[in-house]
Amino acid sequence: MSGQFQLDGQAVPFEDGQTILQAARAAGRYIPHLCWHPDFPPHGSCKLCVVKVGGRHLSSCAAPAVEGIEVESDTAELRAERRALLQMLFVEGNHFCPSCEKSGHCQLQAQAYEHEMMSARFAYFYPPRPVDASHPDIVLDFNRCIFCELCVRASREVDGKNVFALSGRGIHKHLVVNAESGRLADTDFAADDLAANICPVGVILHKRQGFRVPIGERPYDARPISRVELAAGGREADE
Amino acid sequence: MDVEASVREVVGRQGRDATRLLQILIALQDRLDWLPPAAITAVAAELGLPRARVEGVAGFYSLLHGTPAGRYRIRFSDNITDRMQGSEALRKRLCHLLWTECGKTSEDGLVSIGTTSCTGMGDQGPALLVNGRAVTRLDAARIERIAELVRGGVPLDDWPAEFFRVEEGIRRRGPLLGTPFEPGSALRAAIARGRTGWGEEMARSGLRGRGGAGFATATKWQACRDAPGADKVVVCNADEGEPGTFKDRVLLAHEAERVFEGMTLAAWATGARTGFVYLRGEYRFVLDALQAVLARRRAVGLLGMGILGEAGFDFDIEIHLGAGAYVCGEETALLESLEGRRGTPRIRPPFPVTHGYLGRPTVVNNVETLALATWIALEGGAAFAATGTPRSTGTKLLSVSGDCARPGVYEFPFGVTVAEVLEECGALDTLAVQVGGASGVTLAGHEFGRRIAFEDVPSAGAFMVFDGRRDPFEIAHAFVEFFAHESCGFCTPCRIGTTLLKNDLDKLARGVGGKVDLANIEWINRLLRNASHCGLGSSAPNPVEDGLAKFRPAWERRLRSLEFEPAFDLDAALGPARRMTGRSDPGAHLDREESSQ
Ligand SMILES: Cc1cc2nc3c(=O)[nH]c(=O)nc-3n(C[C@H](O)[C@H](O)[C@H](O)COP(=O)(O)O)c2cc1C
Ligand code: SF4
Ligand code: SF4
Ligand code: FES
Repeated sequence: MSGQFQLDGQAVPFEDGQTILQAARAAGRYIPHLCWHPDFPPHGSCKLCVVKVGGRHLSSCAAPAVEGIEVESDTAELRAERRALLQMLFVEGNHFCPSCEKSGHCQLQAQAYEHEMMSARFAYFYPPRPVDASHPDIVLDFNRCIFCELCVRASREVDGKNVFALSGRGIHKHLVVNAESGRLADTDFAADDLAANICPVGVILHKRQGFRVPIGERPYDARPISRVELAAGGREADE
Repeated sequence: MDVEASVREVVGRQGRDATRLLQILIALQDRLDWLPPAAITAVAAELGLPRARVEGVAGFYSLLHGTPAGRYRIRFSDNITDRMQGSEALRKRLCHLLWTECGKTSEDGLVSIGTTSCTGMGDQGPALLVNGRAVTRLDAARIERIAELVRGGVPLDDWPAEFFRVEEGIRRRGPLLGTPFEPGSALRAAIARGRTGWGEEMARSGLRGRGGAGFATATKWQACRDAPGADKVVVCNADEGEPGTFKDRVLLAHEAERVFEGMTLAAWATGARTGFVYLRGEYRFVLDALQAVLARRRAVGLLGMGILGEAGFDFDIEIHLGAGAYVCGEETALLESLEGRRGTPRIRPPFPVTHGYLGRPTVVNNVETLALATWIALEGGAAFAATGTPRSTGTKLLSVSGDCARPGVYEFPFGVTVAEVLEECGALDTLAVQVGGASGVTLAGHEFGRRIAFEDVPSAGAFMVFDGRRDPFEIAHAFVEFFAHESCGFCTPCRIGTTLLKNDLDKLARGVGGKVDLANIEWINRLLRNASHCGLGSSAPNPVEDGLAKFRPAWERRLRSLEFEPAFDLDAALGPARRMTGRSDPGAHLDREESSQ
């Protein structure tokens, strides 16, 4: 079965079983997202993909597309709410973009540009989050984690290793690795695991690769994330 | 005791079943006082689970300790009503007597003292938990005695029995609490009607769920019955974590037969064969009695194979304990927890009625909802619907606490006014009533004519009374602290927003807030309400929005200025330097118009 719904006033076709975000993407329309990844089932935690349907807010990465619904996404209201969610993520961790190796291919930073975030608005939390550099090939800088669980999911479902998990609760939630010592070196993690190459921000970094691509020449330096994404999804947005 | 031997024994007793992971961790902590890293590793090895997953589960529940905790682990219930009864002073006194600090473990490893969210003893507080056991009616004398018992190393079994006594607490009986119940009678009546007839009777009753959302129970049962899958499940939600709510405690302690029979009635309607009670850890004091009731029901053919001789009517019930997580009352978080995982709410759809426990069709109902089904089976749906209002049929149990002469559980027909409840519980000079707990509504005096009903003031059961001595700002502040503590941390708006909100209210409480903070608060509230993944986050703004709308002067009193005021307090930040240099003279302070210290 298939059908059609309206996204910001324009028709989007969908196949049965597709979510709003998937259908939009297939049609070359961009809805911002952070925890969603095309190769995994929806996670629904970041809420950046929030849209409005019939006056109600929904996570478009998880909500099934339904015939005839009218979806609002690129509106001033939703852009402001997404910007505030990004501001929350920035104050929760410790993000010093100018000195971060991920700058320019970090999705959090790119979304902040996309949403014209000019300040963090809220008071910073400055949580103490020690770095784990024990592994020969990988360094973990927990200061930047946004808890999308992509590393958790990739390690469990693709690598078959379960290197990562979340522990703690609420604002004390944190990433742990699969070793009693708590050190990545004591796990079976390898640099070519999918989990080592999926983090959307600068937590899971490869050693000896730093600044190989100069700042200024990285994907989101050149183009906004919405356009990079759509190109990667096989469909370039209309000019 | 040797950690690995303990783990082997506990895991063996729980059938080496990974869905029982939380039960295993609870039992292990009972033996070891905390969960040392070696125990986590051993549990993972015994169950064949990744260690990180076990660590993740252990770290989620606030009654489990991942760092060394005392042999006596004391947690003061920290609801606003406990505080109003002096719990903070009592806690400080106990810390003083035992030479320890709140939130820490004493150096000799004897005792750790802390706080925990409302333990469901609002009618007999202030209360605490010691190694998971509830102690009620704390006062100065009881605190002195507890300090002696702890210092003397007296085992809990030898503490005075009256410390652990939980009084019945029923103040007003209606058809549910006031009618003697013969176990099996409701089931016989429902079996006589047949499964379909019984479902129709439920539909006639108009019964709506008592856990908060008010969903039509018959519709839920029918959906589960119709869902494909043979192995259906009935879950009784006995998590009762909403601050100020304790009516399920009373039902579990005094009407357990009705609760279990209600579950069995749900099984008859849906065809379920498996039942669970998810019992909040704070209510462990009823666990043995509940197990005894289950054993009795099995012995007389009210549980097990061929219930009451009805071929094919097979159903049994297992009890799982929680371990301190309000969010586990949310039905999908509850199911995750029942499966031995972190209590994080699932994406819906699919809903539990089609994909619940281990993906099986599952009905989750509140304790009170299930108990009420026995009344419907015995008296008929029409008789039930004759009580209450047309859209809110039957009676409602209210857990009344706070500033009133007669706190306790009251059974009223739906439609009762707030003023009538206040009158009956002996409340004088009432300033505000919090109906439905932290996530409910704050009512001001001009609203006391409103009715407790789904169509007016819905309530999951709490009814906290505040008189003229209380500060409405502090009420909201306490609830915001509760949400920040209980957020599961899954989604961005709630994980971060509840703490931002708490920090802003802390700032107002310190007297350094400005108008800009109120604007910030409104903005955070909007994100919580709109973008949260579950009802915890989306209802977290309620006490703040109600407080600002109805008691604004109490908030504005807290504002230091109408202008911007930085969250960073330079003078306070110089405090450590002053202490190090031993200075306290005026020259060591920044000039300030008024002191916030
Ligand atoms: C954060 C949160 C906590 C909840 N806590 C409880 C609870 O302690 N007990 C309960 O019965 N329902 C609770 N609920 C509601 C349940 O999700 C569910 O709606 C209810 O158990 C269904 O039973 P009912 O239809 O009989 O009301 C909670 C919901 C949320 C969002
Ligand atoms: S480390 Fe990266 S991939 Fe893993 S949860 Fe954190 S942000 Fe997501
Ligand atoms: S709203 Fe709060 S409790 Fe609910 S899923 Fe999000 S973080 Fe967890
Ligand atoms: S992309 Fe939908 S919630 Fe993260």
